[in-house]
Parts: sequence; C-alpha cells; structure tokens
Amino acid sequence: MATAQSRGARYADIRIIESRSQTAGVKDGKVDSLGDFESVGFGVRVLVGNAWGFASSADITREEIDRVTALAVDIARASALVPGQPVELGPPIQSTGTYVTPIRIDPFSVSIEEKLGLLLEADAAIRRNPGVKVSEGRVTCLRHHKTFANSEGALLQQTIYECGGAISATAVSGNDIQVRAYPDAFRCQGTGGWEYILDARFNDHAERVASEAVALLSADVCPSTVTTLILDSSQLALQIHESCGHPTELDRVYGTEAAFAGRSFLTTDKLKTLRYGSPIVNLTADSVRPTGLGTFGWDDEGVAASSTPLVKNGEFVGYLMSRETASQLGLESNGCMRADGWNRIPLIRMTNVSLEPGTWAAEDIIADTEDGVYMETNRSWSIDDMRLNFQFGTQLGYEIKKGKRTRLLRNCTYAGITPEFWNSCDAIGNEKSWKVWGTPNCGKGEPMQVMGTGHGAAPARFRNVRVGVYR
Amino acid sequence: MNFKEIADIILTASQADQTEIVYRLRDESLTRFANNHIHQNVTETNHEILVRCVSGSRCGTAISNATHPDNLRNLARVALDLASQQPENPDFKGLPGPAPLTGVTSFDPGVASCSPAERAKGVAVICRKASEAGYTAAGSMTTGAMRLGVANSKGVFAECETTLVDASTVVMSATSSGWAQASGWKLGSVVWEELAEEAVRKTRIGENPNDGQPGEYTVILDPYATADLMGMMAGDGMSAQACQEERSWLNGRLGKQVLSPMITIVDDGLDPAGIPLPFDFEGQPKQHVTIVESGVCRGPVHDSYTAGREPGTVSTGHAMEQAASERIGPLPMNLFLKPGTSNVDEMIASTQNGLYITRFWYTRSVHPRDVVVTGMTRDGTYVVRNGEISGAVKSLRFTQSYMDALAGTLSLGKNCKTLWAGGTCNVPAIKLERFKFTSSTR
Repeated sequence: MATAQSRGARYADIRIIESRSQTAGVKDGKVDSLGDFESVGFGVRVLVGNAWGFASSADITREEIDRVTALAVDIARASALVPGQPVELGPPIQSTGTYVTPIRIDPFSVSIEEKLGLLLEADAAIRRNPGVKVSEGRVTCLRHHKTFANSEGALLQQTIYECGGAISATAVSGNDIQVRAYPDAFRCQGTGGWEYILDARFNDHAERVASEAVALLSADVCPSTVTTLILDSSQLALQIHESCGHPTELDRVYGTEAAFAGRSFLTTDKLKTLRYGSPIVNLTADSVRPTGLGTFGWDDEGVAASSTPLVKNGEFVGYLMSRETASQLGLESNGCMRADGWNRIPLIRMTNVSLEPGTWAAEDIIADTEDGVYMETNRSWSIDDMRLNFQFGTQLGYEIKKGKRTRLLRNCTYAGITPEFWNSCDAIGNEKSWKVWGTPNCGKGEPMQVMGTGHGAAPARFRNVRVGVYR
Repeated sequence: MNFKEIADIILTASQADQTEIVYRLRDESLTRFANNHIHQNVTETNHEILVRCVSGSRCGTAISNATHPDNLRNLARVALDLASQQPENPDFKGLPGPAPLTGVTSFDPGVASCSPAERAKGVAVICRKASEAGYTAAGSMTTGAMRLGVANSKGVFAECETTLVDASTVVMSATSSGWAQASGWKLGSVVWEELAEEAVRKTRIGENPNDGQPGEYTVILDPYATADLMGMMAGDGMSAQACQEERSWLNGRLGKQVLSPMITIVDDGLDPAGIPLPFDFEGQPKQHVTIVESGVCRGPVHDSYTAGREPGTVSTGHAMEQAASERIGPLPMNLFLKPGTSNVDEMIASTQNGLYITRFWYTRSVHPRDVVVTGMTRDGTYVVRNGEISGAVKSLRFTQSYMDALAGTLSLGKNCKTLWAGGTCNVPAIKLERFKFTSSTR
C-alpha cells in the first residue's frame, strides 16, 4: 500500500490467495481423471487519478510485491491515456476480521479411495443398465485462503471451502443421444465440506438416472406448441441465473461488458419502475445463505456479506453492484465484486441470486394444471446479449394432462422473452421444495473468469410459454 | 529456473513407472475499454507445472505454480500417490515416446514486449473513430507470450515459445452495433484503423433495425460467424474421444458425403496462417489432419489415449493439457476451412432475399449428433433484397443443424480471417442456402 501511494495511487488493494483443489472423475468403470491443483499468488489493484491498473504475480516476495505494485501504477497511467469519467468509490472500507466456511468434514481429509469408491459404486449401478453407453461421475473439492488489504485500512482473512459433484448416464440409439444427470447437469456445487457430497447420495439415484436415459430414447418428442410450463427447481435455478442474475449486474448496464458478456435490458431508468415479474415473484441477491456458492464473509473489495432485494413483488428494485458502480447510482455497494483467482481483477458477479419460496406444495402445482409440460434438468441454454430472448433445453420432460404427469418427453425446449416469461409466473413452490443450487461455471470478463454462483429455487409454473422449438 | 532444470528435478525425484512434465510460463496483458475509455488494464505473470505420474496403467496428475525444488519433488510424490490409489485402466497404454518435430515459429518479440502504452494507443484509435461518428466503442486487446515445455521419462523433451495478439471491438449507436476482430501471433495482425472502420461501418448500416421475422433464409456469414460453425463442429465431434463415446456427428458418417463438396476442413498445427505450435501437450508432433474433404467425412483428431483404444491408430498430435478436473480429450486447435473464390460483395449481389450476418452469440449444442445449435445473431443482422443490403433487423434466434447448413453451401470467400477463441480458426465468409430462425429479440 505504501509503494502504491508513494507512486501516486489514491487507492490500492492487494489480494494474496492460496487455492487448492482436488478432483476425481470416473467414466465407464475406470478412473478418468484424478488431480491435485494448487496455485499461489497475489494481485495488486490501484486507482491513479481516475484510471485503474492491475498487476499480479506468482512470486510472493517483498521485492516482487514492490515491482508488481509499481507496474500496476504504470499500467494505470497508461489507462489514463484514454481517460473516462471521474471514479468515486463511496465510503471507505475499513473492515477487519476472519471468515471460514462452516464445514463438518474437511474434504481434504477424505481419502482418494473413499472419493473414488463413492463414484465407482454409482458408476457400476448405472452400468448395470445395458442400454447405457457412457456412465460418468465426478467430485471436486476446493479451498481458497484469501487475505485482503486496502489503503483505507481493511484487513481480512477468509477460508472458503467448496464441494461439488454429479453422476450421469448417456444412452445412444441410432442417431439419437440422451443424457440424464443427478443432481444437476453442471456438477451441483456449494460452499461446505465433504458432507455436501455425502448428502447428495449419488448411489441412491444411479439406477434411476440410467433407466431414464434409456427410456428417453423411445419417448415422444416434446410437442411444438404454446402451453403451460412447469420447471423443476434445478432448471429454474439456471433460468434465474441467466435472465435475472446477469441483467442485474450493474457493470453490464453501464456498458463495460458490452464487447464480451453483453449489456442488459435493465437500464437505470427501469429501476423501481419496471414490472419485471408477476406479483408473486421475489428475487434476492445474498452472500449469507448456507451452502450457497456465493456465500462468503466479504467480497473482493472488502464489502461485508449482505442480502439485497432485486425484484420485490414483481417490481425491479435492485442491482448487483461494486463500490464504483454503486457510487454512480448514488448508492453503496452490496458486495458483489468477486475475482476467480489472485491473477484476476474483481468484477461484479452474482452471489446467491434466488427466487424466494412461494406458497404452493410442489405436487399441487401439477395437480392444479389441466394441460402443460413439466421439464427437468438443463441440457442446453442460450440468451441474447441484452438478456431478453432465451431458449433452454432440458434433459427430461413429461406431458401434464388433467393434473397428472403422463407421457415421458424427450428433446424438450422452451423459449421466451425475460419480462414476459416472469410476468406469466402464477405458482411458486413453498419452502419444502426450495433448494439452493450451485452453478460452478459462470463465465464473464476478459480475461475470462469462471465463478461459482448460488441460486435458490422451488418448482414454478409459467403460462403461455412456447415449447418444442427443436424437434 | 528453466524448464530443463525443472524437468530434471522432477524426473530424478519421481518413483513412478513413467513421468511426464508439462510446463507453461505465461506473461499476458489485456487492456479493456468501454464508453470510449480504458476501464480495465491488467497483466499477469505465472507459471504452471503439471506432473503426470503413471503406475502400471494408472495415472495421477498434480499441478502447481510453485517452482521451489522441494515443491517440484512433492508434485511427483502427490501425482504418484494419486495414481497408486486407483484401479488399473487397461485403456491407458502408457506415455508416448519421442518423435521428430518440425520447426515452426509463432513468436513475435514485438508482441511479447508490447507495453500498456502501446495498447492504449491502439485503443485510442478506435475510441476516436467511434466518437467522431457519434458512437461509443468497447472492446479489448490481449498480448501474451507463452513458453511451453513437455518432457517425459521415455525421452520426450520439447520446448517452444509462442505469442498471441487478439483485439476486438463493438461500436454502438443508440439502435445498432458493429463488430470487428483480428487475431494472430504477429503484432501486425491487428490494424486498429481497419478494425475501427469495419465496426463503425457495420454500426452505421445497422441503425434503426426492424423486427426480424422468423423463417428460413439464405444467409451470408462474415468470417466471425463462420468461425462459430467451425468451433461448434469441432466441439461436437472432431475429437476421437467424442467418436468413441458415440456423441460425434462423424459417427456413422465416415467416408460419406455429408457436407457440400465445397467444404474441406483440416487441422494443421504447423500452418503459420493460424497460430502454429510444433507439438501437443504430450510432446507429439502436430500432424495435418483432414477432417472433411470435399464434403466427405474423413476422421477425427487423436491423442495417445484415444489412439491407444483403436489398434493401428497413432496420435495425431492433438493432446490437450491433462486438466486436473476432467479428461478433455484431443481437440483441433488450428482449424482451417478451405477458401473459395467469392467475396461478401459478390455474395450479396447474387442474393435475392436473404440475411447478411456479422456473428453468432451464445451458441449452445442442442443435439450433438447432428450439430443442432441454438444461438443469436449479434452486432449486425442485415436484410439483403435484390442483391443489396436494404436495412437491418434486430438480433434473431436460430435453432439449426450446422451440418445441414454446410450441406447447402453456395459459395465461400477467397480471403480468410484468423480468429482466436481458445483455439484458432482460419475461415472465409460463406453463403449458405438455408438457415432457420425461430424468433427475434426485442
């Protein structure tokens, strides 16, 4: 901090991070991957005048920290050659303290044999179904030790643990290919210890996953129509991620992701004026829910974990913000700046963006539906750069007739426009069917950063949705 | 410490039956701009040492960025420990041995030493030209250098240096946007004035777009969109791993005429028109692989693992880094779509009713066996009527088999563009007879 300030920086921060991950993967009864990864380094961010600079290095020595800090200042001065508007950071951040993810079982204390054993057992159960072409299972365990300090006096230490995993079965017939995964298509992940994996009970679901993949090969194709759609909570979690989480990122609104991740239809004139969803739609960003992949003590600007409404009774009321972007709106940061490592600059990222529970028992939503389609577990996803026009595919679907699930459906897809879709929501499952899902692979920024985000959701119903786009 | 010293320490310490070391030293910088100013400017120096230990037919991988000798020895211990705690894998036939390498250059000192001030000068050109036109510009420029080394206990020792420069911009008006990108390993690959003019021109002709109508259209694709066709075709099936798992569009189609006779796709890791490297992440020489020849499917790319599962097959030099999390399998990383004799102006002039598309966005596989993809058009979708651009429409969503689209190829551009997107594509513009759009954005 002293080097940065002596060279002219009006703000500086440093993050020193030691990350370790261990992954195990099995495929078709054999070990597909088994790896141990560690990375240590630091990154220095400086603000000189109204220009930012960032530099990082894997070599944590006093001399290297001085060199990298000086380099960050030089880079900021180069940024100033193409200057922008004044940068304000709002109130100073002077947090101090420590945070450790609550865990029951340290995932790095669990033997490789146990990790592989759990996967191979589920894999064998999948392969007992002769119709399965490829069986797979993976677990990942991560630990990040992070130290943060800034020139305003903050000094923070955090240790974040994450665990995640999934199993899947792929069935092939002729030119058709069908996949079923559990608990989710993207390796459901959360903050926590090895208990997160044990609680998923892969083996209890292995036979079902296999039989559903095979059954899908002979299922009817999802009809092409406009109908009532019921989404399971895992697919809805991704819908929230893409059509609520991303468009509420204030850096997108201000255009700094315009050339890569895209912009947002939720421009600032729509704040507290746009009816984003129906009155039962309440969306929240938080960094405090247990097991959420966006749960921590402080963000990577030192702002304390919090909970913020994004959509309240259907009205759009809040953004995901950094110190700089919040100041532009006359607000204070709600702690959404996150970097995926020591060598990356923090960006506005989702924390845990969730659809709050409704009042319906999950089974009553189906029982109350005369005619429609139920869809479960993501298979494909795409949304435009303003986060309006989306199309999702799911691994499995069922036709709903007179309040009951009837025909199994394959190649299910649905499409829509974000506010129209959320305004058509007329039933949301209650606390009993509500679950926090983890998406470990959210990409944003240049250089690309991959972040884990949490999403709480329960099954929900949407009216007049176009389904069966791909047949 | 240099790569030879690192490899010697690990190979001496390792108690494994076989040991492989992959070393990457990266020095990468990126300048990012938006709203006509630089808002992010970063640099990174990092190295990564990957050790793969083999015990019998079992593999364990350990990765670290710490180069202290004790840490390097520990990596060998960790990797062997991981290998020892798993069942045998009869599909793994051992690490490959040394093979002659062809010398190829993809290192430009001008890229390696490019300063933040030099990048800022280029960015300033775009911001100025956008501002003069009444528009705003966003984008980025990356310059990076990498030293890659691969060694193993069977005698492989290979080392090379490569550079990457990639610049892109989106220029925006209140109602439209235009895109331009340039990539390569030479600093001269990026000409800022040309990028700015291309993006500004696209923005201007795209102003005040109408709502697009879903339907099937003849399309003319800029190389940016053509690159997406190649990228998705690669991801959905140019790998032997995808074929062996029966999820590739090549499955059941080898030797068959599937695409237009105008389509020839090769991966050539040595071709300097892309970003060449002499060897892959197993130290094996890069081979020229014809994946599609005049529309006929020929075959995928291999690494030593996939080759080991098919007797009589050898690695084509397409191994990817042994990621700790998942076996990615081999991939084509220097793809070429053979050019034709046309150009975009001729393609437009010969079109009665169609769309001219700048690029595709957020494309995702819907059905890999037929390369059915959904995605959006972005940064310029123009209506072509009676041989001319008659206006623009808002971005359109498509759900389309890329195989079917390429089967209906009408013409290919004679000029190719090299584009970086994790791997390199060298592709021309293309005109396709049929492309199905399912909806418009708002």
